[in-house]
Amino acid sequence: MNDSAAPKPIVSIQNMSKRFAGAVTAVDQVSLDIGAGEFFALLGPSGCGKTTLLRMIAGFETPTEGALLIDGQDMSQVPPNRRPVNMVFQSYAVFPHMSVFDNVAYGLKVARTKGSEIRPRVEEALELVKLGGYGARKPDQLSGGQRQRVALARALVKRPKVLLLDEPLSALDAKLREAMQMELVRLQHSVGITFIIVTHDQSEALSMANRIAVMEGGKVRQVAPPSELYERPSSRFVADFIGKINLFEAKPLGQSGAALELEVPALGRIAVPFSGDPAKVAWVAVRPEKLRLLRQPPEDGSLVFPGTVAEVAYYGETSHVLVSGPNGHGMTVNLHNGTQETPSTLAPGDSLCCSWAPEDTLLLAD
Amino acid sequence: MESWRRNPLFFWIVGLPPTLWLVLFFLVPLGLIWLFSFSDKRGIIDIELTWTLANYARSLEWLYLEIFLKSFWMAGATTVIALLVGFPIAFAISFAPPKAKPWLLLLIILPFWTNLLIRTYALIAVLRSRGFVNFGLEWLWDQGNWVLSLAGLGGYQLLGERFEPLELLYNNFAVVFGLVYVFLPFMVLPLYAALDRLDRSYIEASLDLGAGQLRSFFSVVVPMAKAGVVSGVIITFIPALGSFLQSDLLGGPDSQIIANVIERQFKSANDWPYGAALSFILMYLTFFALALRAVLSRGNRDAEGL
Amino acid sequence: MAFFRPRVPIGALEYSRRWSLRLIFLVTLVFLYAPIVTLIAFSFNDSRRNIVWKGFTLKYYERALQNDELLLAFANSLTIAFFSTLISVILGAMVALLLWRFRFPLKAPLEGAMALPIVIPEICMGVAMLAFFARVGWPAGLPWPLNLSSITIAHISFSFPFVAMIVRARLVSFNRELEEAAKDLGASEWEALRDVIIPHMRPGLIAGALLAFTLSLDDFVITFFTSGPETVTFPIKVYSMVRFSVTPEVNAASTVLIVITVCLTALAMWYQNRLAAKEKGTGK
Repeated sequence: MNDSAAPKPIVSIQNMSKRFAGAVTAVDQVSLDIGAGEFFALLGPSGCGKTTLLRMIAGFETPTEGALLIDGQDMSQVPPNRRPVNMVFQSYAVFPHMSVFDNVAYGLKVARTKGSEIRPRVEEALELVKLGGYGARKPDQLSGGQRQRVALARALVKRPKVLLLDEPLSALDAKLREAMQMELVRLQHSVGITFIIVTHDQSEALSMANRIAVMEGGKVRQVAPPSELYERPSSRFVADFIGKINLFEAKPLGQSGAALELEVPALGRIAVPFSGDPAKVAWVAVRPEKLRLLRQPPEDGSLVFPGTVAEVAYYGETSHVLVSGPNGHGMTVNLHNGTQETPSTLAPGDSLCCSWAPEDTLLLAD
Repeated sequence: MESWRRNPLFFWIVGLPPTLWLVLFFLVPLGLIWLFSFSDKRGIIDIELTWTLANYARSLEWLYLEIFLKSFWMAGATTVIALLVGFPIAFAISFAPPKAKPWLLLLIILPFWTNLLIRTYALIAVLRSRGFVNFGLEWLWDQGNWVLSLAGLGGYQLLGERFEPLELLYNNFAVVFGLVYVFLPFMVLPLYAALDRLDRSYIEASLDLGAGQLRSFFSVVVPMAKAGVVSGVIITFIPALGSFLQSDLLGGPDSQIIANVIERQFKSANDWPYGAALSFILMYLTFFALALRAVLSRGNRDAEGL
Repeated sequence: MAFFRPRVPIGALEYSRRWSLRLIFLVTLVFLYAPIVTLIAFSFNDSRRNIVWKGFTLKYYERALQNDELLLAFANSLTIAFFSTLISVILGAMVALLLWRFRFPLKAPLEGAMALPIVIPEICMGVAMLAFFARVGWPAGLPWPLNLSSITIAHISFSFPFVAMIVRARLVSFNRELEEAAKDLGASEWEALRDVIIPHMRPGLIAGALLAFTLSLDDFVITFFTSGPETVTFPIKVYSMVRFSVTPEVNAASTVLIVITVCLTALAMWYQNRLAAKEKGTGK
C-alpha cells in the first residue's frame, strides 16, 4: 500500500474482511504489509475495526475473506495457540489464580519448555519489565501498571515474532500512560520484536509508532509515518482525526502550472501548489499553528482570511484564537505565548487577518 | 438504611408478625425436634427429655453407618455426574449468542418447575423393564440380529438367544439417575453464573500463550469458575443427601438412604427421638457445608477483589 | 445446513458452534424432557399398557374427573395454595421492608434465621412440623377448610422467606428520593408507603405470589409429613396412586398439574419481561 514499508514484511494482510452476523462489516478489504522490527500502530475511532483486525492477526476472529501471512506462512488454518504472535490484552488478562511467576511461566510450560530453562527465562523477562523480585506475588497485590508489565513479560517471554497490544495504555492514568509510552518504545528497541499496537489516542500513536495505519469504517484510510500523516494527510478524515485543523469546502477549477486553482467560499479564489488528481480535491485545510495573525494583509503572496477576534482561550504555553470571518466561517489560530503577538493584546472585536503560506495549505479528498 | 429508633412504630409493625411466625411455626418445631433428639422413648408417643446421647450413638451402629455411607455415596455420585454434565452445559450456554442465552437457560430450568413427584414418577415409565429405554434397546437388538442374518451369521445367536431387558428400575442406579435428573438444574445455574462472569480475555490469553483448548479449559476456566463449582456442588449435594422420593419410588430394597430411615421412624416405626437425631445429623451436615462455602467464597472474593 | 457445514469457520472462542457441545446439550435436553413428554403423551393413549401407541383418547381425563377423591385432593391443594400465597406475600413483604429499611440489633441472626427454611433439607422441616402439630395437639377433625390449617401453616413457613428474598431484591432498585419527595409534598409515613413504595414493590409481590403458589401446589415432602388421612392434597393423592401402580389416570392427573405450573411460570416470566421492557422504555 505504501512504499515506505520495511523491506521484508513479517505480517502480510491481503484483502481481509470480517463481516459479523447481521451483516455488520467490521473490517472491509484491508491490505497491509508490516515489516520486521516495526512499531506499527492501528489508529482510529472506536468501532473502526482496528481491534477486530488485531484479533484476526491473533487468531481470535476468523476472517470472512482474505488471507493473512505471518513470516510468509499462511495462517488461515492455524489456531491462536499455534501462531507465532502474542498479545497484551486491554484488560491485561493476568490470571488471578496464579502468581506473577506462574503467569509468566505459563506460556513456556504449555510449550513444554525444559524445566531448567523456565526459571531463568521468566526472571529475565521480569527484569526486562522492571518487575524483578515480584515473582511470588499474586496479581491482586499489584497495581494496574504492574499488572500490565506482567502481561508484557508474559507475552515477551515467548519470544514471539510479533507482539500485539490492544489499547495497552487505556486503563492507566495520564501520568503513568506517558511514562509507559516511553517504556514501550525502549522495550521494543531492546527486544527488536515487531510491535503492532491498537489505539484510539492519536498522540499515543504519533509518539510511539514508526508507521501508522488510520482506519475508519473498517477501511484503512492512510498508512504513513507519523510526520507524513500529520503534514500530508490524504483525506479530510485523516486530517481531522489527527491534530486540529481548519477545514473549508473547495471546488477545484483547473491546473495552472504547478498550482491548482480553487474556488473556496470562505477564502475566495486561491491558487495552491499541487500535483495530483484535481478531481478528488474537495477540501482545503490549514493547521492552526501554521497561521499568523496580522493587523494588515501581507503583500508576500500569502493566503489571507480576514475577520474579527471572537474568542481567546488561554492554555498556558499556547493560546487559541477563534477568528470569525465573512459568512459565518471561522478559523482557529494557535499562538505560542511569548514568541508572537501576545494574545493579551487581542480583544474580542479586533479586526485581523489570518495569513499562511500557500504551500502550508492542504488539499484533501473527501 | 436507617436506625429502627427513628421510626419504632413502623419497625414493630413490619417486624413483629413475620418474626413471630418464624419463631412459632419454624424455630419452635425445629427446637422441638432438637430436644427430641436428646430424649428417651417411653411409649408409642410418650417421650421424655433425658439429655441422652444414645440416639446419636445409635447412628454409629454398623447398620446405620452403612446407610449413612450409602447416602453419602449416592449424593456424591449424583453431584459428580451433575457436575460433569452440568459444566459443559453451563459453558455452552454462557458462550451462546446473547439473544439465545435466556432461552437456553429456560430450557434447562423449565423441568425444575414441574412437580418433583411427577418428574420422579415419569422416570418409572422410562426405566422399567417394559419401559422405553428397554423398548429402544430391544429394537436395536432386533436390528442387530437382522444385520447379522444378512451377513450370514443369523444362526449363531451372537446377541443371545432372546432379548433380556435390563433391570434399570428398583436399584441404586435408578436412584442416582433420578437424583441427577431432578437436581441437574441446581448445578447448572451457579456454574452458569460463574462462567458468564468470566472475562473472555483470560481464555484468549491462555490460547495466545500457546495452550490448547483442553489445557486452557482445565488451567484457566475451571480454576476461575471455582466459586460456581463450590456453590453448585453444595446446593446439589445437600438436597440429594436429604432426598426421600427418589429412593422411595425408584430404589430397591437395598436403596434405603437416611431420609427413608427418618421417614420410617416417624411414620411407621414410631421412634421419634431416633428420627429426630438423624434429622439433626442431616442439619449439622448442612450447616457444615454452608460454612465451608462461606469460607471458600471469602477466600475467592479476596482473589477477585482486584 | 449450517449445523453440519458452517459457512464461516468456527472461531477459537465460538464454543456454542462446536458440534461436541451441541451434542451434549441436545442429549441433556432429551434426558430432561423425554420422560415428561412421554408421560404427557401417554395420558392420551388408548391403552392401559402405556407402551405402544393405540390411538388418541380423553377417557383417562374423564375418569380422573369422575374420581371424587382426586377432585377433593385437587380442591384441597388449591385452597391451601390460595391461603398460603395470601399470607406468605404479606409476611414476605413485611420482612423485605424490615431488612431493606432498618438497622437494628440482632439483624444478622434474624436474616440467617429467615434463610433457614430455604436451605435446610425438606425432610427435616417435614418431621419438625409433624412433631410440632402432634405435640401442641393441633385440633384434628375440624370441618373443611379448617382441617387444612396445619398444612397451610407449614407451607407459609417455607414460602414467605422466598417471597421476602424476591421482594427485597426488587426494593434494592427503589430510589429513596421518591419517598423523600412524597414526604416533602406532605405525605405521611403511611401515605408514602401506600403511594410510592408499594407501587414499586408490586412486580416483586406478584412474582413472589406466583412462586409461593407454585411452591405450595408442588410440595410433596413437607405435606407428606403434615397431612392426615382426612387432608389429602393432590401430590399426596398422586403419590398413593403411583405407589399402587402406574396407570394412565395418574398420567392424566399429572399432566393437569404440569400444565397448571407451566402456565403459572410462563405468566410470571411474561409479566417480568413486559415490565423489564417497559422500564427500559422509560429509561429507568
